[in-house]
Amino acid sequence: MEQHPRRLLTIVTESAIESHLIRHLERWGAHGYTITDARGKGTRGVREGNWEANRNLRIEIVCDDTTAGRIAEGLREHYYDNYAMILYTSDVDVLRPEKF
Amino acid sequence: MDPVVLFFLLGVTAGVLRSELRLPVQVYELLSIMLLLAIGMKGGIELARQPFLQLVPQMLAVIVMGFILPLLSFPVLLAFGRLPRADAASIAAHYGSVSVGTFAVVVAYLGSREVDFEAYMPLFVVLLEIPAILVGIVLAKGLASGGKLRESAHEVLLGKSIVLLVGGLIIGWIAGADGLAKLAPLFFDPFQGLLALFLLEMGLVTASQIGTLRRYGVFLLAFGVLTPVLSALIGLGLALVLGLSLGGAVVLATLAASASYIAVPAAMRISVPEANPALSLAASLGVTFPFNVLFGIPLYHWLAGQLYAITGAA
Repeated sequence: MEQHPRRLLTIVTESAIESHLIRHLERWGAHGYTITDARGKGTRGVREGNWEANRNLRIEIVCDDTTAGRIAEGLREHYYDNYAMILYTSDVDVLRPEKF
Repeated sequence: MDPVVLFFLLGVTAGVLRSELRLPVQVYELLSIMLLLAIGMKGGIELARQPFLQLVPQMLAVIVMGFILPLLSFPVLLAFGRLPRADAASIAAHYGSVSVGTFAVVVAYLGSREVDFEAYMPLFVVLLEIPAILVGIVLAKGLASGGKLRESAHEVLLGKSIVLLVGGLIIGWIAGADGLAKLAPLFFDPFQGLLALFLLEMGLVTASQIGTLRRYGVFLLAFGVLTPVLSALIGLGLALVLGLSLGGAVVLATLAASASYIAVPAAMRISVPEANPALSLAASLGVTFPFNVLFGIPLYHWLAGQLYAITGAA
């Protein structure tokens, strides 16, 4: 079984900015994404997710190296200063490289 | 004290004592959807009975109030709160806009005391929601904020509360009282019960703001109590000028006094991201919402009674 290396980007951020962020991600070259509701604690305090203004998302994107770099740079430029947001990356393998 | 207010106190108490109690997110969502639709439809039924053109002057006056309220609190926040411009503008927008939750409480309050009010008031909720947001963005970004305004106009106009309120108004208008009688068992009869559950959750959320409040201290507390009272006086004055009933005056005063905690925070997060959302939410949810629910509404009722007695209005 042939495997192809790709990058997995995981973003945890405020759900208030979901639609804006998605538009950006697609512009930066993400072919797809997976979103789950999340809650937790960070430098901006506990985000319990129990009502509108307090909800978090986890967005996962599998993409190639170039796109990963572009997304990371874009997030740093547009979001890091003013939003509760973390990004971490990892290496993953995929079976169908044309999808990512 | 109204039983729905006791539910709010239960929520606050449970939150302060760090109880495990929490309403599932989906339940809270459903409750707020049902309340918004019920409020909208009630207003719509009444709008169908009114010649709409006669309401236009009142509607314009209410919109003007929506623009003026944030302009009044902004300099106070800058000068006395010594807040950065973005934060002051964001908080001013919160206080110029309205809280549908508070509106639901004043409706229940007047209902249980059998005080009549103009049933088309939900229309004013819609009208008051938006102007303050525009003012807030312009105060934060200056007049060159056209792009920002367009972005958040979409955010606000298609936000949950406006869509459901306006949708409910239109449905109520088209269907009328007879048409909606079939829906009454789901939306109108259990209104107080739904509100009680909603306020239980609001109590828990309010309690979660106390930590932030402690950090930002006395100014937010004072601002969160004094602003609604002064805004309520403006609302009462306007009600008198517009010739609203006593009950209508209490509702308009409460609308002026209430501070948004759903539509405005979402819009500010997008349009004025550098404003700290913890500050405005601590004030509007941690101070002003409980103040209005527990003390404000009875106070505005009393003030309206005094004012209407002095001026001899109906």
